[in-house]
Amino acid sequence: MNRETDWEYLLPLLGRAVGETVQMVGISLALAAVLGLVMGVAVYVTRRGGVLANRAVFAVLNVLINTVRPIPFIIFVVAMGPVVMLVVGRTIGTEAAILPMAIMASVAFARLVEQALVALDPGVVEAARAMGASRWRVIWSVLIPETLGPLVLAFTFLTVAVIDMSAVVGMIGAGGLGDFAIRHGYQRFNWEVVWVAVALIVVLVQVVQLLGNMLARRALRR
Amino acid sequence: MSTAPIVSFRDTVKVFPGDGRRTAEVRAVDGVTLDVHAGEVFGVIGWSGAGKSTLVRLVNALEPATSGQVVVDGQDVTTLGEAQLRRLRAGIGMIFQQFNLLSSRTVAGNVAYPLAVAGWPRAERRARVAELLDFVGLADKARQYPAQLSGGQKQRVGIARALATNPRLLLADEATSALDAETTQGVLDLLRRVNRELGITVVVITHEMDVVKYLCDRVAVMADGKVVEHGDVYDVLARPEHPVTRRLVGTALRDRPSPAALERLRRRHPGRIVTVAVREDGTSSHDLTRALREHPVDGTIVYGGITEIAERPYGSLTLELDGEPAHVEAFLADLARSTTVLDLGTAADPLADPDAVGPRATGGAA
Repeated sequence: MNRETDWEYLLPLLGRAVGETVQMVGISLALAAVLGLVMGVAVYVTRRGGVLANRAVFAVLNVLINTVRPIPFIIFVVAMGPVVMLVVGRTIGTEAAILPMAIMASVAFARLVEQALVALDPGVVEAARAMGASRWRVIWSVLIPETLGPLVLAFTFLTVAVIDMSAVVGMIGAGGLGDFAIRHGYQRFNWEVVWVAVALIVVLVQVVQLLGNMLARRALRR
Repeated sequence: MSTAPIVSFRDTVKVFPGDGRRTAEVRAVDGVTLDVHAGEVFGVIGWSGAGKSTLVRLVNALEPATSGQVVVDGQDVTTLGEAQLRRLRAGIGMIFQQFNLLSSRTVAGNVAYPLAVAGWPRAERRARVAELLDFVGLADKARQYPAQLSGGQKQRVGIARALATNPRLLLADEATSALDAETTQGVLDLLRRVNRELGITVVVITHEMDVVKYLCDRVAVMADGKVVEHGDVYDVLARPEHPVTRRLVGTALRDRPSPAALERLRRRHPGRIVTVAVREDGTSSHDLTRALREHPVDGTIVYGGITEIAERPYGSLTLELDGEPAHVEAFLADLARSTTVLDLGTAADPLADPDAVGPRATGGAA
């Protein structure tokens, strides 16, 4: 079965796959960065004793996050079909994959943001309140800057998770490196192609992690 | 010292509701009525969990009172809305046991924070920050981050930050409890300067008697959410009436033998043992010397300690008395006219010190 791999044919396809992965991951992450941060901060500040304690908002967000997060991503993509149809207009392709990815990434990031905030010493919030800072000022001038280091690390973790998600959505014709590895490698028993795709994903993840660590170190003043 | 109260508690109560299952309701502050006068250093002392930290947080309404009044500068803070509370807080400085500095900002950034909150223009902020860092002796640390500072330096930054907006009142919540003895002294000296040079009223929350002894004009002793005793520091500490105060004083001075130490003393000194209070007014050790000279009784000092409270002498001496029983009784009666004498009995017929602190006796007597 083993024959010479036709890289002349595959290389442009590989280039396109990298582009699709970067597009899906990039847009999903951009949406998740905003939505996840807002939700994560909201869950933290609305909890009992928080600066904007609100039992109803907390309960809704908490249930939402807890409901979406445990759903296996491959099933979530399928289950989201009708919603994606409504919003994007079709259920296959790169654009269709971005919505479920962005939603899953947002709830995951919300939890990560909340965890980073929980670890913050509540004393600094109290100190800011004692100086007359408003609740909103506490959020943007204390909570976020004081947890910036952990937040960057959490976002790095999320990026790697979203790259992982991008490999799954090949199933709904979204393309990307994962899809490339399956279709041109695995399904044709061409392990060389599989390993090239794997190597590219590993390099991508390494670069992201390196960048994240660097930025986090800069944000952490200890 | 002016007599106008800057802070008045009237039947103030703070209840933390339990969740109905695991945690029970806690009455952290239970009907406190107290005045803090403008210009003084007022101490609130008590064991952990006495309600001191909650009490001080009622002043700037970080914790809203459950009932009663908290009047600050003529305003009842329990009636203020969020916007008014923010204005009130901007006029009250606060420092904390764990400093609570913003780790993402430099020293200068931390001190500038309350100025930004209060809406100061940038140029004025910079001048004020420089002035404050100079006052606390950290002018050379402006660009460093809190993680690069020692505990004492962090608290100095905390003090500079608390003073930034020219408050009339400074709340210090266990400000020296995380510091070693030498650093504590530096911070206490700085707080004293804040009070004397800047005329700022300081409310000090502490469990350390040394802080009260050194810094405070007046003191309130708290136990179980209640103020059990309050007044001028010397009056309260030199003549403690409530058992909690007596134990606090005893723990701080260690001038009276613990039950275990007393047991050891009795082995070496089987005779009559008495503890004589030494105070500035009534009797000092001077009167003790006179009484020993005038009565045919020998007194051997076996334990004791004399220190200063509010810059006046205070402590006690424990003696073994040797002489005819009648002479000893006459000596004690004479001494009791001018000071407090606590009879601890003899090895054969021991009496206990009801306010003794420290290790318990191991067995038998005492």
